[in-house]
Amino acid sequence: MSKKKTDATPEKNTAAKAAPEKTGSASAISATPPESVSATSASAAAPVNAALSADERVELYRRMVRIRRFEERSLRAYQSKKIGGFLHLYIGQEAVAVGCCSLMGKDDHVITAYRDHGHAIAVGMDTKPLMAELYGKVTGCSKGKGGSMHYFDPTRNFWGGHGIVGGQVPLGTGLAYAIKYRGLKGAAMAFMGDGAVNQGAVHEAYNLASLWDLPVIFVIENNGYSMGTSQARSSAGELATRAAGYDMKWEVINGHDLYEVRAKMDALLRRAREESKPAVVEIKTYRYRGHSVADPDKTYRNKAEIEEYQRTKDPITLFRTMLLAEGHLTDELVDKIDAEARSEADFAADFAEASPFPTADDIQRDVYWEADNPAQRVSGGRLFFN
Amino acid sequence: MPIITYREALRHAMAEELTRDENVVILGEEVAQFRGAYKVTEGLLEKFGPKRIVDTPISEAGFVGMGVGAAMLGIRPVIELMFWSFYSVAFDQIVNNAANIRYMSGGQINCPIVIRGPANGGTNVGATHSHTPENILAHHPGVKVVVPATPHDAKGLLKSAIRDNDPVFFLENTILYGLEGEVPAEEYLVPLGHADIKREGTDLTIVSYGRPVIQSLAAAQQLQQEHGLSVEIVDLRTIRPLDIDTVLKSVAKTHRVLIVEEQRPFASVGSQLAYMIQNEAFDELDAPIQRLGTIDAPAIYSPPVEIEQLPNSQRILKAALAAASA
Ligand SMILES: Cc1ncc(C[n+]2csc(CCOP(=O)(O)OP(=O)(O)O)c2C)c(N)n1
Repeated sequence: MSKKKTDATPEKNTAAKAAPEKTGSASAISATPPESVSATSASAAAPVNAALSADERVELYRRMVRIRRFEERSLRAYQSKKIGGFLHLYIGQEAVAVGCCSLMGKDDHVITAYRDHGHAIAVGMDTKPLMAELYGKVTGCSKGKGGSMHYFDPTRNFWGGHGIVGGQVPLGTGLAYAIKYRGLKGAAMAFMGDGAVNQGAVHEAYNLASLWDLPVIFVIENNGYSMGTSQARSSAGELATRAAGYDMKWEVINGHDLYEVRAKMDALLRRAREESKPAVVEIKTYRYRGHSVADPDKTYRNKAEIEEYQRTKDPITLFRTMLLAEGHLTDELVDKIDAEARSEADFAADFAEASPFPTADDIQRDVYWEADNPAQRVSGGRLFFN
Repeated sequence: MPIITYREALRHAMAEELTRDENVVILGEEVAQFRGAYKVTEGLLEKFGPKRIVDTPISEAGFVGMGVGAAMLGIRPVIELMFWSFYSVAFDQIVNNAANIRYMSGGQINCPIVIRGPANGGTNVGATHSHTPENILAHHPGVKVVVPATPHDAKGLLKSAIRDNDPVFFLENTILYGLEGEVPAEEYLVPLGHADIKREGTDLTIVSYGRPVIQSLAAAQQLQQEHGLSVEIVDLRTIRPLDIDTVLKSVAKTHRVLIVEEQRPFASVGSQLAYMIQNEAFDELDAPIQRLGTIDAPAIYSPPVEIEQLPNSQRILKAALAAASA
């Protein structure tokens, strides 16, 4: 058996998958325009993008803006100590989650690491329970039990945010196994950071996926850093090409360009669904904030690097410029989307603020599903001994 | 005596041992350039250079296993796990390799590795980041498990751990990193395997270790003032080997025991302790042994609720009153 390991070229495309359902309100971004932005991207002409209606394009843009505004709002809540624990912001990476998740069909599934707010919004989760989760409220998407790193919504095929670096990757492979086992034409996307590629679990997952032809796309979101360690200081060789050792197809994608993310991911997802083949993609992106809000971000990169990136490669600004050039977006609509995203985020924060905390009784709920009732919990230490 | 933080005490211990023995190296994620996720290793890179203070990729099984191999060849690696919660990624290396090598080789090979880092909950980081694995680690013969509660003990115990020829698992507490305490200016060691009486008393023995020792001290103060209750606090300091004699001596004095631990109660360090006390000092007990731990569920994120899930001074106070009047 010999599989080709090449930079994949988009395979035959039919119609584009519809973007996921819209949720709530919208928003936009107000960064200064980049100095040099190509108004059109080569991938814009790819069938999956060419087939997008004006509304669908605007919705993709809106979704990125909503993620950014949500996170900016959550940052403010964190700074005023409304949120505890860690807060890993996704700002700068929005085109990755939105691009990939916009391709999801009903049998496609997603799993990611602890930097999960973007994916949650990209799959269509409502921002109110997301914000409430950060506040530790019982109305949160995980009832206040998970926090920032542990968002879940199985009803949207979103199998969570996970806290152990690389640990979610075998799980993503398991999602693909279940899809194949059930004979469905779906695929799983397992997102990870560039630091996660060095975990043994990731390599074991690669091997299983390739050995058994599982429909999983391993998506490396390469933002250049794992905490304070740059890729050069943590990883030998190229990240994507490691797939070659497992006889898997691989691809490198420019993650600043939403159209490119969609065009290349669409090809691989189709192949996964149709032929049940795994692949590894490395999507080049960047995070603007520290590793977490608690990370002062001073020792490992300089401000100029971040500013240069924001100025020339911001995924939201780039997409907006393209949509304006395409005539799908107007300045007026840009402002409207942005205003709506801001008020949506404020509204989510108000909702979170007004919600109750879980009670001490809730601590022992959701431990065993079959025993999840008060009588069992006070039964003197059989199931829940304290 | 100088007053320094728990964090500084650990750092000083490592600096002194790095200076004393060139085989000592520090390895871990973000320990060098980033100065440590919790800044325990801050400044060591500048002082000792990149050959001895080494940033590793995120690959716990790889670098912990590598540490075991290097220790077999006489290096003395001090490995920082960014959180002890990630021990699970390296578990095979810890229990199958580090713990077994001396025994399996008929005593021919030593494994002088120290694995250290923050454990426990209380920082609202949820279920995957709040483990208390000391019981699980201590289950494996051949290893030593240390949990310091004060800056003084943190420094003296870590220095002993680094000099020890067996694998030592050294569990710190994130919340204690900022705790200040007196630490001698001159060099000293605290031997592994010796408990310490942190407070003398006659009415009730609280046996504890780690952060709950500090919380118990606060509760004991209040119990004395408000209820006239004299509480003795035994700090185990080392879980394995376990200094049961010091515990038994205290029980013989007070005749009542409350075990306070930041562990879930099922198959915990406290379970073992309760068995040993009743087995060896049954006649000394005036009342059943009481236990207080973390409420038996994964760590909840929600900040105000996590406080309730963990032992805290108020919960300890209530439990102590109950134990004293049982
Ligand atoms: C097994 C494990 N080791 C270490 C950590 C601590 N940690 C959390 S995130 C992180 C960096 C991960 O970087 P990367 O995979 O590149 O993702 P990014 O943060 O860039 O999204 C580290 C070291 C962890 N959560 N799990």
